[in-house]
Amino acid sequence: MQTKVNDAPPADTAYGYDDLPRLITLMTGDEKHSFSATSTLDVLWVLYDRILRVDPARPDWPERDRFLLSKGHGPMAYYAILVAKGFIPEATLSTFTRYNSPLGLHPDRMLIPGVELSSGSLGHGLPIAVGRTLALRAQGNASSRIFCMLGDAEFDEGTNHEAIAAAARFGLEQLTAIVIDNRSSSLGWPGGIDTRFRNEGWSAVTVDGRDHDAIEAALLVSHPGRPHAVVAVVEPKS
Amino acid sequence: MTAETMRQGFVRVATEALDGHPKVAVVLADITTQQFRESGALARHPDRVINAGIREQLMVSVAAGMALEGMRPIAHSFAPFLIERAFEQVKLDFAHQGVGGVLVSIGASYDIGAYGRTHHCPEDVALMATLPGWRIHVPGHPAEAEALLRDAIASEDSIYIRLSERENREPVPTGAGLATIRSGSTGAVTIIAVGPMLDPTVESVGNIDATILYTSTVRPFDAEGLRAGASGTDIVLIEPYLEGTSASEVSAALSDRPHRLLSIGVPRVEHRRYGSAASHDRAHGLDADGLRARITAWLGR
Repeated sequence: MQTKVNDAPPADTAYGYDDLPRLITLMTGDEKHSFSATSTLDVLWVLYDRILRVDPARPDWPERDRFLLSKGHGPMAYYAILVAKGFIPEATLSTFTRYNSPLGLHPDRMLIPGVELSSGSLGHGLPIAVGRTLALRAQGNASSRIFCMLGDAEFDEGTNHEAIAAAARFGLEQLTAIVIDNRSSSLGWPGGIDTRFRNEGWSAVTVDGRDHDAIEAALLVSHPGRPHAVVAVVEPKS
Repeated sequence: MTAETMRQGFVRVATEALDGHPKVAVVLADITTQQFRESGALARHPDRVINAGIREQLMVSVAAGMALEGMRPIAHSFAPFLIERAFEQVKLDFAHQGVGGVLVSIGASYDIGAYGRTHHCPEDVALMATLPGWRIHVPGHPAEAEALLRDAIASEDSIYIRLSERENREPVPTGAGLATIRSGSTGAVTIIAVGPMLDPTVESVGNIDATILYTSTVRPFDAEGLRAGASGTDIVLIEPYLEGTSASEVSAALSDRPHRLLSIGVPRVEHRRYGSAASHDRAHGLDADGLRARITAWLGR
């Protein structure tokens, strides 16, 4: 299934990576934005620009890939990329966090087309992703991939570890977990986050979370018969 | 043939649903996995009978994830582990994501009394009733449970079904609302019995002039049925779980009418006892003698 990842119709928008800071500024109102917005920026861009088979014209396309942002806090980079890839009109960004806006501080799948998960409370995305991957298997969809993005502090939540153990036992090859590691976990993960996945039987790699080619290569690693984890390391949260 | 328990009926009905409907899935956390193995469901549908191991939060999230992919999941365990342990998953992973599912619990308030407080769950219905959109069923007989399960699996809604080892001798045809079991004269007390409380209620009332209404569906609560069926201003609500769980529903239904309400159920106490469910009923005044004593005292007779 890895050979098919780039056959989605390209998004027909004029936005590029260099537009993202300006789009984020439309939400934050100035040039400063928190690391929670930017820690995810490069991995999200690589996902939407090079990996995910998604189509803004058909957000419910059954054969699409599913991207679940479990680490819903600090969604500005996510929203900016959804604009860049045609899911959200740019004008909507100026409504960010307003009462009637579809764009809150945590994304809501019922309010934004193409958003696959309503997140905010940490530790729900990966367990739901396990269920979705099992459902793809049960329904004979062997081509879609499911990607779930977490943070290293979110990794503290025990539900992730229920999901990691089970996903490996179930052999969920269509599932990829991405952990953005900006060293914000209060008690830390001695031995590395990738080790936690590998010990349970996952394929796991750690990459520079700012290196687009390395991120792409990590997301395209072949991992037959088991789920895959990509730990993307970025600057420590200040 | 030995009569089938609600739990056995659940395994049979769910197995038939798995056999007949490719979108049905059963998600477990060890509990009742053996029964699904014996029913053949596990061997026939290994991709749709999922045992998450002793991971109830994962169980609920996996069920919700399957619903997000268009399937009809049934998650199942003992009530305290399905509802209380995994409550945030129940709250956020179904309705908040815009999908429905079926939750089926066993154990009720203290069916397995000897297991102690950790396995008792008088709080589940009250907790589920805080969430918008959930239908909550408390069947009083295996035949009611079977009908409710079949409807729930065929639906797309969010539905909680609370199975119990306690049951009435005869089923009552299950509609969504209150059924009139017995009509008292005008002005007589109206007693609402929920699920397995019907038989002890009928026994306790004896020759008291009373209307008895019954339901196995406590949410949505049948307000119109209560307004139409109440024979007077005295209302007694008898529930097999936390006392007063549906008192606010009764009050809302009768908000424009003078009335008084006696709520009977499991008291909010840290009840550190083992023994049988019948012993717990006696301790809480939920057996027929206890109910009669409370009702007659309240009525002033």
